[in-house]
Amino acid sequence: MSDELSKPFTESSLSKEELMKMNRERRVQIITFAFMIFLTVLAFIAVGMEMIEPSFAIPFILLLAVVQFVLQLFYFMHLKDKDHQWPNAFMLTGIVVATPAVIALVLLLGVTKY
Amino acid sequence: MSDSVDVSKGLPSNPEKATLEGKNKFLGFWVFLGGETIMFATFFGTFLGLKEGTAAGPTADELFSLPLVFIMTMLLLTSSLTSVLAMFSMKKNNFKNMMILTAITVVLGLGFLGFEIYEFYEYLHHGLGYTTSAFASSFYTLVGLHGAHVVFGLSWFITLMIRYSRTGGITLTNAPKFYLASLYWHFIDVVWVFIFTVVYLMSIGGA
Amino acid sequence: MATATASMNNNKSVLWDWLTTVDHKKLAVLYLIAGTLFFVKAGVMALFMRIQLMSAENDFLTGQTFNEFITMHGTIMLFLAATPLIFAFMNFVIPLQIGARDVAFPFVNALGFWIFFFGGLLVSVSWFFGGAPDAGWTAYVPLSSGEYADLGLDFYVLGLQISGIGTLVSAINFIVTIINMRAPGMTMMRMPLFCWTGLVTSILIVFAFTPLAAGLALLMLDRIFGGQFFVPDSGGNAVLWQHIFWIFGHPEVYILVLPAFGIISEVIPAFSKKRLFGYTAMVFATLIIAFLSFMVWVHHMFTVGIGPITNSVFAIATMAIGIPTGIKIFNWLFTMWGGKLTFNTAMLCASSFVPTFVLGGVTGVMLAMVPIDYLYHDTYFVVAHFHYIVVGGIVLGLLAGTYYWYPKMFGHKLNEKLGILMFWLFYIGFHLTFFIQHILGLIGMPRRVFTYLDGQGMETMNLVSTIGAFLMGAGVVVLVINIVYSAFTSERVAVRDPWDARTLEWSTTTPVPEYNFAQTPQVRSLDPWFYEKIHGDGLMKSAEPMDEIHMPNGSILPFMIGLGLFIWGFGMIMLNMENPIMPPAIVIGVGFVVTFGSMLVRSIKEDHGYHIPLDKVKKIEKEVS
Repeated sequence: MSDELSKPFTESSLSKEELMKMNRERRVQIITFAFMIFLTVLAFIAVGMEMIEPSFAIPFILLLAVVQFVLQLFYFMHLKDKDHQWPNAFMLTGIVVATPAVIALVLLLGVTKY
Repeated sequence: MSDSVDVSKGLPSNPEKATLEGKNKFLGFWVFLGGETIMFATFFGTFLGLKEGTAAGPTADELFSLPLVFIMTMLLLTSSLTSVLAMFSMKKNNFKNMMILTAITVVLGLGFLGFEIYEFYEYLHHGLGYTTSAFASSFYTLVGLHGAHVVFGLSWFITLMIRYSRTGGITLTNAPKFYLASLYWHFIDVVWVFIFTVVYLMSIGGA
Repeated sequence: MATATASMNNNKSVLWDWLTTVDHKKLAVLYLIAGTLFFVKAGVMALFMRIQLMSAENDFLTGQTFNEFITMHGTIMLFLAATPLIFAFMNFVIPLQIGARDVAFPFVNALGFWIFFFGGLLVSVSWFFGGAPDAGWTAYVPLSSGEYADLGLDFYVLGLQISGIGTLVSAINFIVTIINMRAPGMTMMRMPLFCWTGLVTSILIVFAFTPLAAGLALLMLDRIFGGQFFVPDSGGNAVLWQHIFWIFGHPEVYILVLPAFGIISEVIPAFSKKRLFGYTAMVFATLIIAFLSFMVWVHHMFTVGIGPITNSVFAIATMAIGIPTGIKIFNWLFTMWGGKLTFNTAMLCASSFVPTFVLGGVTGVMLAMVPIDYLYHDTYFVVAHFHYIVVGGIVLGLLAGTYYWYPKMFGHKLNEKLGILMFWLFYIGFHLTFFIQHILGLIGMPRRVFTYLDGQGMETMNLVSTIGAFLMGAGVVVLVINIVYSAFTSERVAVRDPWDARTLEWSTTTPVPEYNFAQTPQVRSLDPWFYEKIHGDGLMKSAEPMDEIHMPNGSILPFMIGLGLFIWGFGMIMLNMENPIMPPAIVIGVGFVVTFGSMLVRSIKEDHGYHIPLDKVKKIEKEVS
């Protein structure tokens, strides 16, 4: 068995349906990528054009970042797939813990008192 | 328990998780990424908390240039795509394609790194040293830490490519390794999404 | 070829075997030894501090030495004593309790130990280079900045950074072990509570030690590379450090106390002959405590002046922790209620844990009220409060665990008479030391002072506290005597289950063979071993036929990586030395090469382990049973 672990395979066990499914998923990934590029360009335009009020532009680009974050995690890193419950749980825990921490580091430094 | 993998029909459809060892590595790495989230969050919080503290040194909107950041973003995003495509090739047992796509990822990553070094060099010339102000320290630390992750990710890819070019194929042992390196690379990209938004765009647009 | 490596295994020297081991049971012993050594070291420091405070205006220690002692006592106890002792039990017990042959990543397990060990060593060698860190275990800036603190703080920063990496990788290993390696039938809700608390603790470590790593990195950059994070003149902010430290620091308390809860939840049912009352509620209480532990850190900073709304929010969140903790307390009481109780040493420690911990919890809720906290802040009341949690909670839990699992770990029981003597010495000493400190705090004695004036009514109470500390010390000495005495006189435990206990670790033969289970057990219920004793034939059903067993190879690389990080860290500290013996860059370079070189070797060399052949497994099984 140990030898088999380091032995390359000559063929793949993928059936025709699995292969088709995989190609379909690949197409979805490329569309996701195009969409992410679009979001990025949008964010840069929102700031670079200097026409939009900062009070709108800042929440807007933050929203775009969150959308991209979700797309990256769910599509590129496959968090949407099955067998990913535990990874989902850990990423979610990370986000839940990180959010108050970041807010505190920004707001609660004693400069302004809340 | 790894003994129960069915290899009679060829490479299993999810080779990175076919063995118990692969499953363990997969989960362990995700746990690690969950932890990394908090670490980066702490550095982001530090940057956001201290970014007004420029102490007579140069400020953010004096320094940052959007075109440069845009190019860097595009490079890193594209490298994320090539890394995804490499994983599809891996699952299809197409070793050659996987290596080529990984190599492209590495080249794009190196390009990103080059621009980042150039960027830091420029800022240094504009009077933003590491010790200039709290803003400078937190900026260099956050973006530099991301850069260090890029360096580590690239070294990882390169090591794997050199190590397994001799094997010449996907095995149950190297599939998890390539997969994890790819996950790491995506995570670097995820962090960059927040860096270009929070560090660059918000500093320029929020002025 | 698999058999060839297996036979090679037998002719290693003992030292080499322990340096290269990846066996979770041996690593548990290593953790136990390292943790005990650090525990004794920090305990002796505490005794010195108590001697200093015994009488007013005493000059046994100088203020500087006293500061170094308080810092090292806190740092060592939390990072280098309690954590490894907990890891010792987690390492030994968790794989056995879930029916696994080993942890998920045996190599990483060894790596975690050696990195922790060398990190601890780096903190400890500070004594030889101009003195230990002296800014308190919290290392608040600006006290810990380059301006006010010497080289000792650099050892603190880098040593903790390194040992933190070790703790982090061990935690990841435990999480994956518990999630992926459970035996068939061992569902999450059939796991013993010690596994649950171990899992939750590991998760807390992953999410708490990472901000600590970030914070320590910031402090290091400030001290060594001239960063400006905490320098107000350059736009920095000192409160930032406090936030980052307590975002880590508060969960750290729960990281330590949850496994102690787990141990108590194993020991009390075993010696009450009853199943744990409210198992599901216990699991969810653990999860809720874990969640809340991340949402309350500002209660350490009430007096900083962040603002009234913030203080109120965090005060309420803090008090909410009392609810799940209360659930646990009542469940332990109800487990004992109506049970057939056996009061041996383990059970004495476990049952007396309950009221002691309640006392610590009550003062905790008192401290959570903001207006009152303004009065109590930085007095001995706080010291008394957290020692009730840490000593009365964690140490009693660890003692209970030691007496409970000792026969499985070392093949013989600890002497009961000496055990009970130790318990009473320790328990009375503990209350004598710390209860009176509540009152000392209330009459206004501030913490972290090295002396006090005559005639303020503090002499008698401090003397009583010191006497108590020496009783505790005597208790620990009796424990050490007991360990040595029992090793020579105690008879071998030949049965699987000397306590008539309930969980899976007692179904293994004593001593536990290196592969734990010859056949993976089939779990049919909560408390599976007890279930088979009552409903089955008294042995675990097996989930697979007997076959050759796959084992991981030992490796020296974890030791090398730990050593490399030690050298690297030391080189970084040399950057701050006035006259380093050699250029720091060389030392840093050597450390870098050793660390990453070892990692590279590990990455390039594929190591698939070896197999123990079937006839050898059968032979070992015959020998042990």
